[in-house]
Amino acid sequence: MITKWMLGAGLAALVVSPLALAEPSDGEVQEIMKRDFRPKGQAKMDRLEQDAVQRVCTASNGKPPPALAKQLEADQMKTIAYPSGGSLIGNWKGGASTAWSGQGMQWHEDPKKPSGGGCYNCHEMSPARTSFGTIGPSLKGFGKTRGNGIETQRYVYGKIYNAKAYNLCSEMPRFGLTNSLTEQQIKDLVAYLLDPASPVNQ
Amino acid sequence: MAGPMKMRATLASGYTDVRVLMSHPMETGQRKAPDGKMIPLHFIQNLTVKVNGKTVVEGQISQAVSRNPVFSFRIKGGAKGDKIEVSWLDNRGETNRTESAVA
Amino acid sequence: MRTTVRAVALGVALAAAPAAAQESQFAQYQKMVAEGSPVELFELVGEELWQKKQGPKNASLEQCDLGLGPGRVKGAHARLPRYFKDVDRVMDVETRLLHCMLTLQGRSREDALKRPFGNADNPSEMEYLSAYVAGQSRGYKMSPGMSHPQEKESYALGKKLFTVRTGLWDFSCASCHGEEGKRIRMSELPVLSKPEAARPLMATWPAYRVSNSTFKTMQWRLNNCFRQMRTPEPVFGSETINALNMYLTVTAKGATYSGPGTKR
Repeated sequence: MITKWMLGAGLAALVVSPLALAEPSDGEVQEIMKRDFRPKGQAKMDRLEQDAVQRVCTASNGKPPPALAKQLEADQMKTIAYPSGGSLIGNWKGGASTAWSGQGMQWHEDPKKPSGGGCYNCHEMSPARTSFGTIGPSLKGFGKTRGNGIETQRYVYGKIYNAKAYNLCSEMPRFGLTNSLTEQQIKDLVAYLLDPASPVNQ
Repeated sequence: MAGPMKMRATLASGYTDVRVLMSHPMETGQRKAPDGKMIPLHFIQNLTVKVNGKTVVEGQISQAVSRNPVFSFRIKGGAKGDKIEVSWLDNRGETNRTESAVA
Repeated sequence: MRTTVRAVALGVALAAAPAAAQESQFAQYQKMVAEGSPVELFELVGEELWQKKQGPKNASLEQCDLGLGPGRVKGAHARLPRYFKDVDRVMDVETRLLHCMLTLQGRSREDALKRPFGNADNPSEMEYLSAYVAGQSRGYKMSPGMSHPQEKESYALGKKLFTVRTGLWDFSCASCHGEEGKRIRMSELPVLSKPEAARPLMATWPAYRVSNSTFKTMQWRLNNCFRQMRTPEPVFGSETINALNMYLTVTAKGATYSGPGTKR
């Protein structure tokens, strides 16, 4: 368990740059942001409160000290809530639309409407989809290559729920932890990647 | 009331380059407003170009052309000071025109 | 046997071609889109609004000081953002236009910012004015303020903000604009911390945006980034937004300003 003291020591070790004197500190930047933003729609001010992951990844510019990263990844792993009982593979058709939709969680949107995962913003998946981003690795043929056993299901589910558990400063959002995607939506995405019948594996 | 319209006509070697910018929503009639109702068809149907009073182009445009169309074309020959006039008529009977001298 | 080898060789050649052609396809599209740009119409309306008497003082914006003295518009945009002594702060073009609406025209901040961002059916006053002012800097070298202490602070703040992980989805500007050769769906993502990438971009904002069928400004662009980053809304003309604008413009310094651009 990581104590506040340990976190503080870790962060203090990161502020080494001599340029720090000419720049605002991370704390000052946070204060400026809190002053310069307003809540709108479903986007409340709590979204600007940095947790340990955001603080460490900001301070270390995405390259945290390995020991600290390992500790925080373990903390993030503990947040993953797996569904009860058996298979984590849902319906790939639901997964296809969730993966394609880039909507959800923005200040102008109706919070009652289901959110998408925006997966195609960053990843290639189905070979039939020609519009895809390259920020994340290609997931084409994922299930074909990795199989769809329970361990792979748990890995995919966990990664979508909280990608930071596997790579602390990953650019991938924590869809489960933030309640951006529901349990069923994540299971459907697992199916989209792992189901042999899914377009991703054709 | 029609939006702004701007034209530039410049003499090149043996021809005149004309570029007209037209402000118009060019609605296809297939879009839905936020309230769910269909936005009615509203587009430029006819485009007329006159050089020194004589009609040189009579065009029929469809709703497939996007909002704020730009019409760019060349006129054979042409001389400095020639008067170019471009006018349009849309499906609601609204019109606009602009004229420019060849520079 | 020979037929199979030829087919395979052709297949390989074809597979290689798209990767090389991809970069130029973005440039090709941009060129095509620029050829049909209605940007000048926005500049025309903007000029009319600049001259229009408004507000309790029934005054136009023609005496607005954009940094080169009252009423001097030509070349002003290319020198922004910069520090303004009369308000003791750094301002970008839109923040300065707002200032002139309040001081010269006597309008309230609430009234002037009722609709800072418009839409295709009804662009905003700020968008038209930005188009006009920007157009008057066509061909000028970009030289934002870099000597005043507040200008340096603004740059430093912007640089830091660019990498802050924030919002519901832990994004920073660098999450998308931090790695070479990446794209989001089919949109090219320039690495904005690099001058080579920042220059062509900042030299063409504000711009007519084809996907919105209307004119968009930098205050809008940055606001919209934060929306997609799932944060709450940044305040128009705030230190945060102006600092990011300063950081990007300084990174792009020296580029020849092309005037308002046309984008996807």
